[in-house]
Amino acid sequence: MSTPRIRLPESASEGEEIEIRTLLTHPMITGVSSDDPRDMLTRFEARMNGETVFAYDFANGSAANPTFIFFVRAAAPGEFSFTWTHEDGQSVSAEESVRIS
Amino acid sequence: MRFSRRSFVSGAAASAALVILPIRVAALDLSDDVAAHVNDILGGRDPREGGIELDAPAVAENGAQVPLTIRVDSPMSEHDHVTAIHIIATANPAPGIGSFHLTPHLTRAEVFTRIRLAEEQEYLVLAELSDGSVLQAAARTAVTQGGCVT
Repeated sequence: MSTPRIRLPESASEGEEIEIRTLLTHPMITGVSSDDPRDMLTRFEARMNGETVFAYDFANGSAANPTFIFFVRAAAPGEFSFTWTHEDGQSVSAEESVRIS
Repeated sequence: MRFSRRSFVSGAAASAALVILPIRVAALDLSDDVAAHVNDILGGRDPREGGIELDAPAVAENGAQVPLTIRVDSPMSEHDHVTAIHIIATANPAPGIGSFHLTPHLTRAEVFTRIRLAEEQEYLVLAELSDGSVLQAAARTAVTQGGCVT
């Protein structure tokens, strides 16, 4: 799987709203209307300081190159991780830090 | 800042395209497949219409990449928040589009993603709240080129 792209601020105040944007390049082939074998992600999870704050279960109507925008209340120490899991069990992750003042 | 007439007109057209009229889910004639999918989520609960704002194009050029913003009216507090948002297609080969899972760590019940619409259709949004109740809304988007749901 390709390298995820994440956009979030470098720093934030404790409790401040931050916008997070994520993008993973992936064809999301359902296998419904073509001879190509199914190639689909099943879940996206965003964690802050080890706790899941936002998740998404993919289904056939989810577009290729899944993109999300969501808004999180920043909390110290500001360690974020993002994981996309494929139906075959493989996953790709990214980690980001937001400096919390 | 200066605006040319052309940029104003195209800007106005683009804004107009974003206005979608809310559709009452109760007024829709759902196929057995879609109704079964909705009933699985509801689990016997009776959803209320409204409390959900959907931003999507009225006409999408590419059905494979239809941008959708969902906003649910919720304080997103520990005791009163949205726990899940489900998107359901009414005329795709399969009704499931995807399900968001939300927590009170989010400041708003506002999410964005892109969805696939195989043809012009209504799609439903069900929002599950922390008190166990469910809100529902629907919107319709016309599709110039069907989203190849491959």
